[in-house]
Formats: sequence, structure tokens, C-alpha cells
Amino acid sequence: MAITLNVNKQPHSVDVPGDTPLLWVLRDVLGLKGTKYGCGVSLCGACTVHVDGRAVRSCITPVKSVENGKITTIEGLADTETHPVQQAWEEIDVPQCGYCQPGQIMSAAALLASKPKPTDADIDSAMSGNLCRCGTYQRIREAIHHAADLSAAKGVGR
Amino acid sequence: MNLDRRSFLKITATAGGAFVLGIYGTPPAFGQSPRRSFNTVAPLAFVRIAPDGLVTIMAKNPEGGQGVKTHLPMLIAEELDVDWKNVRVEQADGNDKLYGFQFLGGSTATPINWDPLRQVGAAWRKMLVSAAAAGWSVPESECTTKVGHVLHSASGRSAGYGELAAKAASLTPPALDSVKLKDPADYTIIGTSRSGVDNRAIVTGRPIFGIDVELPGMLHAVLHKCPVFGGKVKTANTEEIARLPGVKKVIVVEGTLTSDKILPLNPGLEPGVAILADTWWQAQNARKTLKVEWDLGPGTFQNSTSFEQQAADALKQPFGHTVRSYGEVDAGLQGAAKVVEATYSFAFLPHNTLEPQGSTASFKDGKLEMWSTSQDPASVRRLTAKIIGAAESDVTVHMVRCGGAFGRRYVNDDDVEAAWLSKQAGHPVKITWSREDDMTHDNYRPAGSIGLKAGVDAKGNVVAWRQHFVTFGDGKRTIQNGGIDPNEFPAGYVAAYQLGMTNSIPLWIRTGPLRAPGANSNAFVLQSFLDELANAAGRDPLDIQLELLSHPPAKGFEFRPDNPQSLNPARLRGVLETVAEKSDWRNRKKQKGRGMGIAAFYSHGSYFAEVADVSVDSQNRITVHRIWAAGDVGSTVINPRAAENLVIGGILEGLSHMGQEITLSNGQVEQANFHQQPLLRMRQAPKIEVHFRKTEFSPTGIGEPMLPPALPAVANAVFAATGKRIRTLPLKRSGFAFA
Repeated sequence: MAITLNVNKQPHSVDVPGDTPLLWVLRDVLGLKGTKYGCGVSLCGACTVHVDGRAVRSCITPVKSVENGKITTIEGLADTETHPVQQAWEEIDVPQCGYCQPGQIMSAAALLASKPKPTDADIDSAMSGNLCRCGTYQRIREAIHHAADLSAAKGVGR
Repeated sequence: MNLDRRSFLKITATAGGAFVLGIYGTPPAFGQSPRRSFNTVAPLAFVRIAPDGLVTIMAKNPEGGQGVKTHLPMLIAEELDVDWKNVRVEQADGNDKLYGFQFLGGSTATPINWDPLRQVGAAWRKMLVSAAAAGWSVPESECTTKVGHVLHSASGRSAGYGELAAKAASLTPPALDSVKLKDPADYTIIGTSRSGVDNRAIVTGRPIFGIDVELPGMLHAVLHKCPVFGGKVKTANTEEIARLPGVKKVIVVEGTLTSDKILPLNPGLEPGVAILADTWWQAQNARKTLKVEWDLGPGTFQNSTSFEQQAADALKQPFGHTVRSYGEVDAGLQGAAKVVEATYSFAFLPHNTLEPQGSTASFKDGKLEMWSTSQDPASVRRLTAKIIGAAESDVTVHMVRCGGAFGRRYVNDDDVEAAWLSKQAGHPVKITWSREDDMTHDNYRPAGSIGLKAGVDAKGNVVAWRQHFVTFGDGKRTIQNGGIDPNEFPAGYVAAYQLGMTNSIPLWIRTGPLRAPGANSNAFVLQSFLDELANAAGRDPLDIQLELLSHPPAKGFEFRPDNPQSLNPARLRGVLETVAEKSDWRNRKKQKGRGMGIAAFYSHGSYFAEVADVSVDSQNRITVHRIWAAGDVGSTVINPRAAENLVIGGILEGLSHMGQEITLSNGQVEQANFHQQPLLRMRQAPKIEVHFRKTEFSPTGIGEPMLPPALPAVANAVFAATGKRIRTLPLKRSGFAFA
């Protein structure tokens, strides 16, 4: 049965069972491979996307449950130019292997949308569901502060 | 020394029984600046220059997050004399005839490539100069280069590299060891921080990882393996599975596993049931319906509790054999003012690459094309050719960025599976392991136990050191990466020393290298025990270490520039002094529940010392507040910001190791996902400060050597804070946990 999804502001109709995890619909049906598989049980955060602006783990989200939501993936994070979080990630040279970073960026963007000027404690609390096997946490923290500054400078209130 | 890849692997593999460095070890003859043919490369293959001057540089090695895709091309760009902004980097295929030794591991990329890649850049620059000089009919010696241009200042002429490239590329490249390299004082790229070349693709979610590969007509595969390594399928409901939605093929894999009691790194194709479907979720979801009756095979005898008992028993017995010995240990112990005795042990560890194992293969008309995340593309070619019965020349290996390597992807089981399945299925196949597959079918860092006994005299000098290493094997042969390096400090620097080994505990699961193999466990043991001795002698652990490193070493332990396994004590002293200064070690305060610990280690060609500042609460929960690291990787840190990132990450990995273990019950791995295998999270990550101490030596690698000292630095800090010694890892087996 077809399910209608709104992904990155585009409507899509997908013919999959309703309990299929959103992650695998994004990756294998819609071909949006930026969202990553790491654990399949919401322990690592590599699959983080936004549903109506909230960070959710797509690996445990049944696709049927987000039929009416606005889904944003890493590919759709920036409206036109680079999102401040992406820009900060590049400028701070955060990634090592890079595999977790789309999920980290989605969590960070959701944090900044609700707390434009987060403290280290805010960051620790919002980001501790995202594992980085390479250990780039120090850079991620630095980049989130930098992104907050970039957003403030640009007057972007995402 | 003249070594090609085959002899490198042969030498290191032979050493594998006795040396922990094993196959993941250091190449011979680095640490100086040898002109060796170890890494023979074809300069023309590395660089393309477009007519508009855009320079494309090939990245020769597999990229797994260590930054080689950026910093190796920087070496070429520097000597080529171009603007880095005008450089595009492209990943090379696996082709060691063109690119030399292509390999991720052993922190070898920098020492192996430092000379040849700078020479490639310089050779190209020379060819561009030749092309310009010929066109202008002037002597080459009158021409210079400046950021992408050849200049003839006498006549005021100038030509962009783009105009000269076609002609330059038609010239015969000069012999690499004949080209003149820049004075490092003139570097404008090497030693400056450059962002990772894939950063843009990473932060925008472009499909650049192994798991993202997509081919027309491709099927997605899972291989459901027996919970006990090597178990075979007796019966399975394959017909029922084949009818499930999206499932295209179900194949019972007989496998090709060796029956040898000591498993090699790549023991063959593992048995199981392969499910191939239109999407990965369909294949994975079908496993819920899959019913398999297993022949569990020969591995069911394995239990972690039994391993512990066997190790404890072995430690009560004399050594199986003596690995290294000098001086009079018994006499030293008898005459010692204080004798300290302790047993340390450490667990099997998984790799936990965040991208699980996986590979994509396309077999068609007798030819095989692989998209592999392997650390060793040449092995992928050899192993996949073998499994499908093709010639190695019929296999093409594309190297795809991987979501973490850490030694796991030195083993190419996923590639072998993809190749075999593609041939069987008659389709391109991408296999993706589930997290559970990944954690339960890893090649684990071996567990081990070490019994130690050492004595100090009245002045606090270490007069005797005895060490009994108990590991897995058949009494003659040791499991993969289960050996011990007989040269690890303080060997050679204590007055009398004896290292014995017992390798008779049977094991039949795969083991292999994990980042900083050997050192990642031995540093914990050796640097913790040295701290015990210092405390027993009432001395500062920094002083006892500096003093040991000031003694002339025993015969055979002298530093030799041509031997990467020999320790240069001055360099280890140097990083200890730097880290002590940066952390204000000498002025550390004594307070209950809070303490600092220090440790240093030489591994994989580089020197690191670290100080940890921790507090421990009444529940024995450890908070690591801060770590200072000092590294000596020689004269040059090629890409400093990236290097700092890597050092911080390697230290955090060391902390993660402290909390992890793999245990076996009747041959089955008992941990399957991250809830049973804690990786350090952001809120637990201390602030880490990294300092590099520049020395005169040729640059060495930083993929690994920062990791080993992290564990003993934290363990020693916990002792300083609590008076309790962590001798068994993971932490919970010593009654501790990270907060």
C-alpha cells in the first residue's frame, strides 16, 4: 500500500509495508544515502533525521508513523546555501571517518533551533545519543559553538 | 634495505608468532630517510593537470578517517609547487604497480610515503620545467617555478602548468631519487592545516561510503551466520524465505573455512544462509522468519570463565618458553629492598567500526569488479580472485571511503562474501552486515594475562623484572596478534629482565589487529606496573621512568636508526618531559578522590606521553576531566589540525577500550550491540590538549601511537585518586566504571 511522505519539501509515494523503518525507505527506496545505519536500535544516532524539526532516530521509526510529518534529511538541511552547522563542521574540520557526522549534524541543528546559544552542558545533553567512534566530540562541541556564532551573525534563527 | 610488498608481508607475518607488531606492524627501515624501492611508484599516474591549470592528485591509500586522502596529496602538491586551492583529490583504485604499497595500518602511510610522494611532486615539477625550457629554447637551470607557473626571469617569460602539462606528461619522468626536494623551511603546504578533502561531501550527506554504493540490477544481501564461529547449516526453511516480499534468492553457504586449529587472518568464507533481496531491509527482515538448524561445529568448547581459569593456572606454572632474558633476575629479586607482584589481564575487544562490514561486487563474464572498504586492496584482489576461481588480473578493486577501519578492515571476509554471492546470484551484490553480525563475527583483539614480579633496591632502582605472558595457541603457534613484542619498555632498561610466554590455551574464533595492536594492551600492563613499582619505592613515577630511560640499555636493546622496533630513549624522555611541563605534573595537588596519572609508550614509530586528571566518586565512578598528550612524530606534522583531531580521537578510543569486552559462552559471543559494548559518549569525553615535540627525525605516523598510553594514564590517575589499582580490564571487572 502506498504511503505518502514529505521529504526535504518534496512529496513522495512509497510502496512499502508501514512498519518498514524510515531509515531504509530513505536509503534504499528514495536513494537518500546520507542518513546512515549504525546499530538499528537507536543507540548510535547515525540515522538521525528531523521530523517536524525534531531530531528522531529513523532506524526505529516506522515509516507509517511519519506519513503526516515533514521529514528533513542531511541532504535537505540547507535551504539554499550551506546550513551554519555544515559550514561550522567544515571550518572546524570536524570529521575523521565522517560516517556519524550526518547524524551529529542533524542533532546539532535541532539543538540550535531550540537553543540558539547552547552551553557545554546543553550540548552534552543533546548530543550524547550520537556516537562518534573516531572520537571527534571535542571538535563537535567547538563546531556547535561556532555554528551558534555563525547563525547569530547571519541572523538566522533556525 | 630493498623491500617490496611481498617481502614486507612475509617478514612481518613471520615475526607474527613472536612479535605483537605482527602483520600490522611497522615497515623496516624508517625513522631515517632511506632511499628504498619498497614503495616503487609511477609518477605519471599520480597527477593530471588540466589545460586550465586545475591539478588532480590521486589519493593512493584507503581512507578510513585517518586523513591520508588529504595529507598524502599535500606531499605531492608541496613539491609540485601549486596552490592547494587549485588541487582536486581523487581516490585511486587498488593498483600497486602504479601506486606502490596501498595499505591502511601500522601508522605506515607517512613514513612509507614521505619520500616517494614528495619525489613524485618534484619529478612532475621538473618535467614541467623541462617542457617550458624546451619550448623557450633556454636552459632548464635558468627556469624556476612559482605557484603553478614556470618562470624564466631572464626573459620575463612565464607559462602556467596547464599550458605545459600535455608536453610534460609525454616526457620520461626522472629517477625519483635524482630529484631535488625543497628545503623544509620553504614549505607552504606541508605543516599547514588543510581541511579534509571529503568534508563537503560528508557534511552534505553525499553517498561516498561503502554502504552507499549502488549498481544497476544490484541485490542487497545479508549472510546469516551461526552464532558459534564456523558452525554449518544442517537445515533451513529456505523455500519459505524465498517467498517473502522482495526476496530474490536464498543461498545456503557451505563455506571454505580452514580446519586449522590456529586461524589465519582470512580463514575463508564463513558458512550460513545468504538472503538476497531488492532492499536491505527486506533481506534483513526476512531473517526474523528464518529457521536454521545448525551444526555448531568445533567452537562450542569456548567459555570466557574457562579461559580465565586456564590463564590463572598457567600463571602458577613455569613459562612455556622464554622469549627474552638478560641479567640475573632471581638474584635481583632476592636482593631487592621491595618486591612487587601482580597479575594483569585484559579482554577480547571488538572493533565497532560505526559503518558495519560490507562490500559490493559485480561478477560478469569472468571479470570481477569490487567496491571495497578494505584496508588492504591487494588482499581483496587475491582473496576474491581465489573464491571465484578467477585470475587476479580479472579483478578490479575500487577503494571506497569507509566508516572507520581500526584494523577490522584488514580482514576481508565481507569482500569475499560479496564476490562469491555475486557470482552465485548472477547479479551485482552489496552485502551489508547488521550491527549484530558485526559485533558477533569480528576478528577480536585477543585477551591476555600477564603475571609480573619486580624488585627495587633501597634507592628505588628497578633491579629485576620478570614477566609471564599467557595467551592463546597450541603451545607452539600463537593466535593472530596474540604474541608479545620482547622489546617493549622497560625491557632493556631494567638491570635484569625475563619475559616468558605460555601460549597453550586453545581458541577458535578469529582474532586480529585492533588500532595499536599489542601496544594497546601492553602499555596498560607495563606502564601501570611501573607506576606500582614507583609507588612501592616511594618515588614519583615520572622520575623512575626518566631515570630508567637514562641508563645505557642492555645489549641488543640499543637504539638503531634502521630498526623501527628499537626505542630511542631520548625521544621517550622528551615527550615525558613535555607532558609533565604542560600538565604542571610536578605541582599536582594531592586530594582525596582526585588524582593525576602519567604514562608513556613507544609504538608504531612514534612516541607519546600522556597525563590524565580524574576524579572518582564514592561509587567508583570515574570522571576523566582532562588529558594532556605530548607526541614526537619527528620533524614534521604534515597536517597539524587533522593530526590533533586524530590524537584526541585515539586517546578517547583508549578510554573506550577500558570499558569494553567480548565474552564467549559455549562459543557464542555474548555482546551484540552498543548497549552491551559501551563506546565513550560526548558527556564522558574529557578535554584533551595535544602538544607535538618536533625532533630531527624523519616523520612517522600518528594513526595509533597516541592510544596506548591513555589507558595506563587513566588507571594510574585512578590509583592516585583512590589508592586502588586497576589490574583487570574492562573497568567493571576491577569494580569501576566511567561516570
